[in-house]
Amino acid sequence: MLKVNDLEVSYGAIKALKGITFEVKSGEIVTLIGANGAGKSTTLRTISGLLKAKRGQIFYKGDEITNREPNEIVAMGIVQIPEGRRTFPDLTVRENLELGAWTIKSRKVINDKLEGVYELFPRLKERRGQLAGTLSGGEQQMLAVGRALMAEANLVLLDEPSMGLAPVLVDEIFEVIERINKEGRTILLVEQNAEMALQIANYAYVLEVGNIVFEGEAKTVAQDPKIKAAYLGA
Amino acid sequence: MKITKLFTNNRKLVLFSVIFYVVVDVLHLTGVLNDYWIQITNVALINIILAVSLNLINGFAGQFSIGHMGFAAVGAYTAGTLTTIIWKLGVANSITKYLLFAVALILAGVAAAIVGYLIGLPTLRLRGDYLAIVTLAFGEIIRVIINATGYVGGPRGLLGIPKLSNFTIIFFVTLLSVIIMRNIVFSTIGRALKSIREDEVASELVGVDITRYKVLAFTIGSFFAGIAGALLCHLLQIAHPTQFGFIGSINVLVMVYIGGAGSISGSIVAAVGLTFLSEFLRLGIDNLNKIAPFPVGPEWRMVVYAVLLVAVMLYRTAGIMGGREFGILVPEEEGKNATGSQA
Ligand SMILES: Nc1ncnc2c1ncn2[C@@H]1O[C@H](COP(=O)(O)OP(=O)(O)O)[C@@H](O)[C@H]1O
Ligand SMILES: [Mg+2]
Repeated sequence: MLKVNDLEVSYGAIKALKGITFEVKSGEIVTLIGANGAGKSTTLRTISGLLKAKRGQIFYKGDEITNREPNEIVAMGIVQIPEGRRTFPDLTVRENLELGAWTIKSRKVINDKLEGVYELFPRLKERRGQLAGTLSGGEQQMLAVGRALMAEANLVLLDEPSMGLAPVLVDEIFEVIERINKEGRTILLVEQNAEMALQIANYAYVLEVGNIVFEGEAKTVAQDPKIKAAYLGA
Repeated sequence: MKITKLFTNNRKLVLFSVIFYVVVDVLHLTGVLNDYWIQITNVALINIILAVSLNLINGFAGQFSIGHMGFAAVGAYTAGTLTTIIWKLGVANSITKYLLFAVALILAGVAAAIVGYLIGLPTLRLRGDYLAIVTLAFGEIIRVIINATGYVGGPRGLLGIPKLSNFTIIFFVTLLSVIIMRNIVFSTIGRALKSIREDEVASELVGVDITRYKVLAFTIGSFFAGIAGALLCHLLQIAHPTQFGFIGSINVLVMVYIGGAGSISGSIVAAVGLTFLSEFLRLGIDNLNKIAPFPVGPEWRMVVYAVLLVAVMLYRTAGIMGGREFGILVPEEEGKNATGSQA
């Protein structure tokens, strides 16, 4: 579904990605794990079109999407839940969700999707008139996920959804990710919390300072002694 | 909501406005309000257009423009030049002069919008506060150009503009402008603008073409500034470069932030309030000067004005209205799920 080939991205003189190649197969959960500063967010930002690639290509469903504008990429069906949630703080929960459906024109489709999100997160329904900035961290993460689900997207990019959340909420968010995946969306999950990510993923890539250094079935990666030592605290 | 729904959604607003209009007219006819206060009212109404249109750019789209009067100048000189030329031909009669004025107002808006578009497109693509620098420069450049253009009077100003503005025209143009901008704010365009203001990256990630919407807000804001400039010069019968300088632009900015960025109601309250306050202070200082044992210079007006502004900002950091709107300005069909609360 998504193929990234020899992708190189820099911030000025700093090379953040040094030519990475990976693939996300349709229907799977693929995780990209790595320490702080490895280049995980850079990868997602480039797929979404927020950053321009210096070299390499990105293909989505066979079409090259390298360096397209973010709004075109959303319209093609790739949506990102960014690091730190980034909800619209002074807009209501409902307005945040409706903005998620920006590329959808049919009012009926939007309303149906809204109902779907409210079903998944009843808390958001209760708080639909509340300003997003007044929600708790966990609720904001739900809102960020809900907003992404409002889009007509087949591929969901998640950037560290567990960041800053209490363990119970992390479990809840990972359950939601699995559920979204079962409902038919493909997931590219970026995490520092490798343990949780490897539990739900089918396939994993390990990123270290701009290079992919390891890859394999998530179960295999989780058993690898080097990975265990470096990322799983074992 | 559809931007074209001008009146169906605004029964209360239109009713209230018409009552206001009739009351002011009656007070004027009965002599309770003299021409002087009608003139101040006219200026206050024009300031409403300026403040609301700048609020669309600064308060709703979250961009920082500080040369708004530059666009008013484009509108004023475009319309003023046109009407003055045609007036001299002597072809306008008591009916066609209003047709002429209508055409001049629209052309003023279009000319300002074109200039706004040409400035906004390259500038708003960039991230960061380039717009502030560019609009600041634009405000000065337009003044220099006017000063150097003898054809429009240069530093003397464009004189002999026919007096086509009056309370009725200004009132209804202001009402229409406010309703159009209000409709934009409550439409999907408004929602896109607010998302850009809140978080540009998140806005891009939901698929908003942020450059397009920033440029759109800036162009629409410039359009209405152009209309305001045209109304003003046909009221004062002169367009003068100093009217449209930096101080004027700062005055509009003050109205936006004192009223509340992101609140149309706030811009209306502040435009009217500050226009009259400034006038009251002038009269007050004049009178004080007559009775005080020592001279009280006119510069004291600005001191008191500034102290009052600082006081408002200290006690209401988000402006008088914060981000709220008067219920009357919320479209009737949208009342329930509008942003923020109603006042
Ligand atoms: N806006 C930026 N400007 C300059 N360097 C950046 C910027 N964002 C990230 N970097 C650098 O790029 C590298 C990768 O960052 P990032 O993709 O955010 O890592 P991760 O998400 O894996 O923590 C880091 O060295 C980081 O310092
Ligand atoms: Mg990151």
